[in-house]
Amino acid sequence: MYDVAIIGAGIIGSFISRELSKYDLKTVLIEKDNDVSNGTTKANSAIIHAGYDAFYKTNKGKFNALGNPMFDKVCKELDVAFKRIGSYVLAYSEKEIETLKRLLENGEKLGIPDIKIIDGDEIRKREPKLSDEIVAGLYAKTAGIVGPFELCIALCENAVENGTKLLLNYEVSNIEKNENRFIISSNEKSIEAKYVINCAGVYADKINNMVNKPKFKITPRRGEYYLLDKRTNGLVNSIIFNCPTKMGKGVLVTPTVHGNILIGPNSEDISSKEENKTTFSGLEFVKESASKSVKNIPFNEVITTFSGLRAEATGGDFIIEKSDTKGFINVAGIKSPGLSASPAIAKYIVKIIKDLNEGLKENKDFNPIRKKIVKFSELKDEEKKELIKKDKRYGRIICRCENITEGEIVDVINRLVGARTVDGVKRRARPGMGRCQGGFCSPRVVEILARELGKRVEDIVKSNKESYIITKETKGNIDYNK
Amino acid sequence: MLNYDIIVIGGGPAGLAAAIEAKKKGIKDILVIERDRELGGILQQCIHNGFGLHIFNEELTGPEYAERFIDELKNQGIEYMLDTMVLDITKDKKISAINTKEGIMNIQAKALILSMGCRERTRGAINIAGMRPAGVFSAGTAQRFINMEGYMVGKKIVILGSGDIGLIMARRMTLEGAKVEAVAELMPFSGGLKRNIVQCLYDYNIPLLLSHTIIEIKGKERVEGVVIAKVDKNKKPISKTERYIECDTLLLSVGLIPENELSIKAGIKIDPRTNGPIVNESMETTINGIFACGNVVHVHDLVDFVTKESKKAGKSASKYVLGNLIKKEEIIKTNADRGIGYIVPQRIRMSNVDKKLELFIRVKDVYKDAKLVIKADEKVIKELKRRHLAPGEMEIISLNASLLKGKKVSNISVSVKGS
Repeated sequence: MYDVAIIGAGIIGSFISRELSKYDLKTVLIEKDNDVSNGTTKANSAIIHAGYDAFYKTNKGKFNALGNPMFDKVCKELDVAFKRIGSYVLAYSEKEIETLKRLLENGEKLGIPDIKIIDGDEIRKREPKLSDEIVAGLYAKTAGIVGPFELCIALCENAVENGTKLLLNYEVSNIEKNENRFIISSNEKSIEAKYVINCAGVYADKINNMVNKPKFKITPRRGEYYLLDKRTNGLVNSIIFNCPTKMGKGVLVTPTVHGNILIGPNSEDISSKEENKTTFSGLEFVKESASKSVKNIPFNEVITTFSGLRAEATGGDFIIEKSDTKGFINVAGIKSPGLSASPAIAKYIVKIIKDLNEGLKENKDFNPIRKKIVKFSELKDEEKKELIKKDKRYGRIICRCENITEGEIVDVINRLVGARTVDGVKRRARPGMGRCQGGFCSPRVVEILARELGKRVEDIVKSNKESYIITKETKGNIDYNK
Repeated sequence: MLNYDIIVIGGGPAGLAAAIEAKKKGIKDILVIERDRELGGILQQCIHNGFGLHIFNEELTGPEYAERFIDELKNQGIEYMLDTMVLDITKDKKISAINTKEGIMNIQAKALILSMGCRERTRGAINIAGMRPAGVFSAGTAQRFINMEGYMVGKKIVILGSGDIGLIMARRMTLEGAKVEAVAELMPFSGGLKRNIVQCLYDYNIPLLLSHTIIEIKGKERVEGVVIAKVDKNKKPISKTERYIECDTLLLSVGLIPENELSIKAGIKIDPRTNGPIVNESMETTINGIFACGNVVHVHDLVDFVTKESKKAGKSASKYVLGNLIKKEEIIKTNADRGIGYIVPQRIRMSNVDKKLELFIRVKDVYKDAKLVIKADEKVIKELKRRHLAPGEMEIISLNASLLKGKKVSNISVSVKGS
């Protein structure tokens, strides 16, 4: 029996499992899909908000303020790119300046450091591509960017290294409370745990309702994005927001940690928990809104578009609390600024678990450091030469857009929480993230996955179980040499 | 540091022809660098026939066409490296390349020939809305899977875009037992060669839906279908014309883009109309001694013309190395006037032109019974009647050098007259 079962290996579940792996607990992280970081975590704005935005009395406000300063340390330990590049919220009118003042005041109440309102000319001096219509902006120095799926994968890897059990392809179909234990079933299989932490994202209501009375509902709120070619690097150098509205913080334009430009999202409540599609009207709206803040965005440099679903809970705030059923904890409705708040949420959950487990000991063997990921293209020539001498596979470029070597791909397949799918490789090592979007490298990635995993090429999938790439061999197994 | 007279980047049809020609013109130290596991480039996955009619007067398959050049390259004793990627080039013609055997190599050349070819436009670049399931392939990727790796990628297929690869793949998938439901084309005309439309679609009763596009891709994990719609003159979908087609695969054949990441790194100027380097009569880019040929310069319809153009680049590079290329002279600029999409070359120095000056052009629209009018400054120097002009078919204009040599001309323009 496990001490703790965490349901959902998105950024929240992963952060909690890594924090819990610091203690002497038997923890299992349960994921319905065949990889971690497969829901909201894989498709969002990738921003670590400074924390002035959410109302100071809410969970969103509190946890964001606490979470932001925690990123430097964890990203360093886990070798995940994180950059504090600062953010601007732009105002185009006197009325919007009032909004900025409200945000500033709210931020000050939360103790957010280094925030101030500056005038339009000063903003344009710092960010020359911004609109001439801007009259003022709220600058926040501590806002940053991160790779959310890289971080999530790294957290899982580190948690597993420190003893957490990861169960993939385990879609929870039922949870029963039996005296002091929960029986968590997935079809015929079942596991037992003393405590359950529900981090199931857009499905958190469904999971809650297996044990508790329906207290909240999760509405998927879809957001669509454009990603621009690295050639557009430098269009903006910080995170650019328009003034917030009721539906959220609005469309932003930001660099990514990899040097692309990310633009989005719109905001649309939908009924399906699976329909993370892009729409013509949604993307047009994003284009229009972004064009208000940044001049002449080169939309001919779009390399991909995507959409993600935020988990919007009844009441609008994060639900982070013990439920009516003892031992069952909800971490639900974690929409923006959920990523920014995630480390603080994890610490808070640890506190709850500690309170429930008097005398909980630390895991003496806990190693916070994750084995470094080789980023071949970022190495110096001498380092590259050394590496190729040691392992020839670093001398073979597989992804020519991002210059990713076979060595890097093999490494991310063979690590703990290794890649099993084409998208899994893409999120870990980036082949296919470039301008040809995998046109050239995807057949090679499929081949490497099959070889490393000892599978048939036909059995390699893009993402989920049914996302097959190959239907059959063209001519069967004819050996033409015979 | 290694040294070569000429380094050719890319061992496809362009690079092979250029290297062979340079060798024939007396250059000894030539190195061809190829990133794939074999020479021949994309020709190796084009197992259909139709190659070589102009160069060899016979119909060859892609691999057969490539083989002739590969054999000659080997007979000529030209050095080549496979599975080797060029990471960087400089304006001083230094290159940095990488492979598993040598690791990182820094090589100095006297001249460079760029022949990196092109890549396919992607779903992202054209913004097709919908889900992002498996089963969406660019036509060339599917072609590689089927013809080189030996794997089929689907059973019920819709193809967006009627460029040549899309048309060829419609037939190829049919021959492999798949059902091609339709080829949808945004434009009111196909961008592919006429012969491909007839031989690959009509012969197999595959519908070509002109002025149609895909407005949504359906399917969570694998493609389950697409919604297509008619488009109006402004290429906007017309409401109520939407139609759902069930399929498990969507192939995209929506255009090719010359691959000039290296050219840009070296500081070579790119023509926004071709997306390739600006070149002169000798296929020399805006940096002296760096030449370019084939699809990296502009996307060709026929490999035969790639070969022709690349021979010119090879010859010019040899002249450059031997000090015989005339550098200083008044430059004539070419100007794509009314109805013309682009002209290659963009710059001309007449002293390097022997008897004929050849202009490669592409029109912007479909024309019937029209004329191509060529002017030197404001004076008409040639008119060519054409019964049919289409963007999918490159036109070659051949001008007698005597029309221009020794005359003070600063501009040659080409325009379309007619409707």
